[in-house]
Amino acid sequence: MLSRVAESIYWMGRQVERAENLARFLEVTHDLILDQPENLVDPWEPLIQVTADRELYDERHDRVTAEKVTHFLAFDDTYANSMLASLRQARANARAVRESVSSETFEQLNEFYHFVNDAAQQPSLRSPNDFFDAVRRIAIQWTGVLDSTMPRDIGWHFLNVGRLVERADKTSRILDVKYFNLLPRVDDVGTSVDDLQWSSLLYAISGFEAYRREIHTIDIEEVVNFFLFNKTFPRSVLFCIAGADWSLSEINEKSKSKTARNAAKTRMGELRHRLSHTQVKEVLAGGMHQFIDQLQTALNRIGGAMNEDYFSCLVAEPQA
Amino acid sequence: MTSQVQSQRTEPKGVRLPEYKTDGFYDELVDEQGRARPDAVELIRLLGSMPAGELSRRQRAIERALYKMGITFTVYGDSAGTEKIMPIDVVPRVVSSVLWHHIEAGLKQRIRALNRFLSDIYSEQAIVKDGIVPRVLIESASTFLPQCVGLKPFHDVWCHITGTDLVRDNTGAVYVLEDNLRCPSGVSYVLQNRLVMKKNFPQLFHASKVRPVGDYPARLYEMLQQMAPPHAEEPTVVVLTPGVFNSAYYEHSFLAQQMGVELVEGRDLAVVDDMVYMKTTYGLQRVDVIYRRIDDIFLDPEAFRRDSVLGVAGLMRAYRKGNVALANAPGTGIADDKVIYAYVPKMIRYYLGEEQILANVPTYVCFDDDQRQYVLEHLDELVVKSANESGGYGMLIGPHADDTERKVFAKRIQENPRNFIAQPTLALSRVPTVVGESLEGRHVDLRPYVLCGPKDVWVLPGGLTRVALRKGSLVVNSSQGGGSKDTWVAAGPGQAVVQV
Repeated sequence: MLSRVAESIYWMGRQVERAENLARFLEVTHDLILDQPENLVDPWEPLIQVTADRELYDERHDRVTAEKVTHFLAFDDTYANSMLASLRQARANARAVRESVSSETFEQLNEFYHFVNDAAQQPSLRSPNDFFDAVRRIAIQWTGVLDSTMPRDIGWHFLNVGRLVERADKTSRILDVKYFNLLPRVDDVGTSVDDLQWSSLLYAISGFEAYRREIHTIDIEEVVNFFLFNKTFPRSVLFCIAGADWSLSEINEKSKSKTARNAAKTRMGELRHRLSHTQVKEVLAGGMHQFIDQLQTALNRIGGAMNEDYFSCLVAEPQA
Repeated sequence: MTSQVQSQRTEPKGVRLPEYKTDGFYDELVDEQGRARPDAVELIRLLGSMPAGELSRRQRAIERALYKMGITFTVYGDSAGTEKIMPIDVVPRVVSSVLWHHIEAGLKQRIRALNRFLSDIYSEQAIVKDGIVPRVLIESASTFLPQCVGLKPFHDVWCHITGTDLVRDNTGAVYVLEDNLRCPSGVSYVLQNRLVMKKNFPQLFHASKVRPVGDYPARLYEMLQQMAPPHAEEPTVVVLTPGVFNSAYYEHSFLAQQMGVELVEGRDLAVVDDMVYMKTTYGLQRVDVIYRRIDDIFLDPEAFRRDSVLGVAGLMRAYRKGNVALANAPGTGIADDKVIYAYVPKMIRYYLGEEQILANVPTYVCFDDDQRQYVLEHLDELVVKSANESGGYGMLIGPHADDTERKVFAKRIQENPRNFIAQPTLALSRVPTVVGESLEGRHVDLRPYVLCGPKDVWVLPGGLTRVALRKGSLVVNSSQGGGSKDTWVAAGPGQAVVQV
């Protein structure tokens, strides 16, 4: 597969996943407001915090309000990580590799983009919850279209690595939302307010029912464990990393690479190993935020290694 | 009662479109009395029997389908988010099987002659030595590439893929308006138009016998493979595009996808030891055949334009050594120079010893003193074209221009007579077209596509019918308010037909 095409497909996977997760962030935050008593910490501030683009927000707005944050994360054209901008980049990438993905894949993404772009042209969202819910549904359809129309060739695996790396990153950040929310309100721990907050987080990763079936009651340790280390739930960090690790092995196998450049695979394997052997108690003892920080650093390193291994083909020695 | 009898007498029998007028033009679907032409009877019957509003409803459904498929042009920068589809009109154009037989034979003859001309002009130049084509015309053509002199593409095929523009006048006679031998585009619209028509208007196909066009990508791939250098046992074919910002990018990616080959940009290729490679996730991989959709002068900064970032350095070295095949061959542009066009009938006689089957539009070459004089005196009747522009640019339509515009062109012609030709303004044929809730005649042309393989020449039974959507307009280019129509070549006995 062409290096350029592999790179575009990888990013296309990441960008759509990013857009989907922003919808999840926003939906859960809008939900939190509905469910919370009035004295709750303003949930919009931490939302900006966990996207790690606080500075960019401050350049554009002097106050943090629901409307401004929603616009910034969903529709701001000038903010490269907004939902709209992510989808636009994803579509540009899809267009550049249109011949390498199924027609249905492109069409689904095209529809997704138009749906969000049309909403962005409206003066305001009539019902944010309905809108973000619809976005989440379209994103799930996109996953279905991808997986049911594309052969499991190298292209699909690059896409899979992209979306899983992004998903692992975003799942961990959703957990981080809670960390920021929780920090100033230690008193709420164990109260019904707390329960509601944890439940919303589980909803954000479509994991509420799966969690309930397995564990039944809301318990901090169990929820964190579910987010990070669950082996069967498709949005848990470990599940994502295991999937990405598998796809990288497949890529290396299918490439029949003679020059073994597999820094990305090595790093992914290491991360998988580490996650499989970490206990949730250690995470909480060492600080969940610190753990998530380290995880994100590891994911960034893997991204860099992908670049070296696959996306920058050096013209030194032609393959014999 | 009287009026009924009268109407029976004045309206001859036959299937017709209610209230449709041909206005004295040749209409592709109905005759001068408004009756359906033989191969269009079923189509006209169906169109005529549709409830009011049905046609425009279908029209809108098709437009939505194209939008959804992302077959769009960006209007002003992607960030504005405004996109337009290439308009397609829901009423197809029908070409009878007899007429198609004639067109097909004419195109094959023409391509054979043009191919011989290219081979000759880059080697012996016998046609110049024998005084058929003036030397100065060749030497003054910007599309003649001295870098290609002495080169022989595999199987001596130069123009692998051609799109020839045909028009019909008010008698229905077919003329060749232009040869496009460089990177003719539009074939993806032919295939997509057919696809959306089948999806959204299947009942039209049930009644008519239409020849299928869907095997074009397979034919193209087969031809490209046959053009591979002898070293390649399982040749790797790629499509080379200038990139996503090119207006024909959709077509490049569509063809690559349909053929199942890589779509590459110049930056994806590298030339090492005079061999062409593409950069892949597992290192460099050899490339044998390049269907290039980049103009000659951008192909290789070493050989042509130094500032080109679209091509790949060293490509011409690899080509010269026979390590890679290029389709079309570099240098074909000389044969679709609009002045050289005027000499094609003579080429056919010279190389093939035959008379042309498809006529040229009568053409005045401004390079000739007498003909230039005539052109300058009749600017208000003629269409003037510059030798190397396309897309409807650099053109004067005399009868539709004002005095100032004509004066500007007169001056340009006198300054550079070599660069201009003129032709009479043809009353182009028309096809019923959806306008609001009803049908009106609009002018059309036709671009069939021709593939030239090592042994035979194949013509896609169909083509791009471009339609000037503005009332009275003769300009069919999409950049200037043109749209397209599905083109139906009627099947003769024993020929395959479209299945829905």
